[in-house]
Amino acid sequence: MANDKSSMQLISRGILSENPIFKLALSMCPAVGISTTVMNGLMLGIAVLFVQVFSSVTISIFKNLIHPRIRIPTYTLTIATWVTVIDLVLAAYMPEAYAKMGIFVKLIVAFAIITMRLEMFACKESVNDSFWDGLGMGLGFMIGMMVIGFVRELLGSGMIFGYDVLGFKPLLFFILPSAGFFVVGLMMAFFNWIEIFYKRTKGLK
Amino acid sequence: MMTLKNSKLVVLALLALFLTPLLAQAEGLIAGQKFKGDKEIVVTFADPVDKAVVENVANYTIYEEPDPDIRLVLETATLSEDGKVASLFFKDALNTAMTHVVNVKGLAGIESTTFKVSKSYLGYLFGIMISALLINNFVFTKYLGLCVFFGTSKKKSTAKGMGVVFTIVMVVSAIMSWFFYNFILIPYNLNFLQIVIFIGLVSLTVQAVDTVLRKVNPVLFNSFGVFLVLVIANCVIIAVPLIVANNNYNIFETFMLALGAGGGFLLALYLMSSVSERMQLANIPPTFKGLPIAFIVAGQFAMAFLGFSGLQIF
Repeated sequence: MANDKSSMQLISRGILSENPIFKLALSMCPAVGISTTVMNGLMLGIAVLFVQVFSSVTISIFKNLIHPRIRIPTYTLTIATWVTVIDLVLAAYMPEAYAKMGIFVKLIVAFAIITMRLEMFACKESVNDSFWDGLGMGLGFMIGMMVIGFVRELLGSGMIFGYDVLGFKPLLFFILPSAGFFVVGLMMAFFNWIEIFYKRTKGLK
Repeated sequence: MMTLKNSKLVVLALLALFLTPLLAQAEGLIAGQKFKGDKEIVVTFADPVDKAVVENVANYTIYEEPDPDIRLVLETATLSEDGKVASLFFKDALNTAMTHVVNVKGLAGIESTTFKVSKSYLGYLFGIMISALLINNFVFTKYLGLCVFFGTSKKKSTAKGMGVVFTIVMVVSAIMSWFFYNFILIPYNLNFLQIVIFIGLVSLTVQAVDTVLRKVNPVLFNSFGVFLVLVIANCVIIAVPLIVANNNYNIFETFMLALGAGGGFLLALYLMSSVSERMQLANIPPTFKGLPIAFIVAGQFAMAFLGFSGLQIF
């Protein structure tokens, strides 16, 4: 049961305290570039989750065979292999979603977050823990992407998952490509504000 | 001595390559042809031609070279007073980046005359660079390389160093990737290995630049070397070979794209760092300190860069 608890901790760490997008501010490119709808966020999130989990597990299995001096190239090639797999799978089974994400699926290979987890976690810990850590980080990324997509889709076009929810378009500006920067910036400021507010009320008590 | 001779040969060959499209145009009856604006083609004839033939719209067949089946609709054709310059006006805007084929029936007694209209190749190459530099700036309109962009745009000197290193690595790795892609991946049907090969080549280039710079110019290495590590895990660099492979660019186009992309990244870093230096003195609300305000500034730059979207120089 102890193992069970730590796996939940690993997952919640990836989603909350070390969220790749809002806390670590890594892998910002897709968060700005293609987060115009929840669906896009979900699709890229699944791709990243897949690559993160499988690379973590692979590196964790072979961690004793990898010479420390060539570890970074090994990580890169492992990630590149899994990215190729998901790239081909998405292109074959979901051509429409794949076309929307464009070059970003292939660019998962250069995401700093994946290499960082391999370097900091998977090359030291057991296969089991690496799996949960990868799952947590991937889920954290996916949720971050979906939250940004949710805000942009809801406020930009009044829709969620393509269904008309509001019936009007509150802020058409949010759906424009260049608004990605503003949305992410404002959301980060919002989370900062919550944190500052929380600390202040705690301090007063 | 040998190297000097070789370099001269290379320069001559390059010149010949660039000039061939220009030389090939000047043949026979047609003395010159060019786009004017995006709805008009101007044709110059060597001798005066028959007004009735030139001004009859039904005599023309015009299409873009890749799609001969899609005929473009010609609205009117007019001939100048001396009978040597004809202007063809089109109903819809032309895609002037494409080569257009024009066929005229019965011109000067010949059954049909065919000629091609295209922009000069140098202009086209320059257009690719300007496009990557401003119109499709990799940071502000393609949203690539943001981690490094926000990480290193605090000081102007850092931004300049980073941009220069990026440009060098980008050009070298793009050209290497082009060779690998065209001479190994395509002939052996290994297209699915794109990502693995390209990321490997980028890492290799970074390592090579590191080693060469350390030996050749230690002073430069001391100022730029620290950025090299950051270069490997960056999507801007790996994006260039992927775009090249997608669009089937040739070597000159690849070079110009890489140069434009690197220059665009340098430009973006420099602009951002100039603002960052000012922002350190500004009174920013605590919730916006750090990354949030940087994102909002970048958003404003992105909107400003949208203004370049209609830019057409050649």
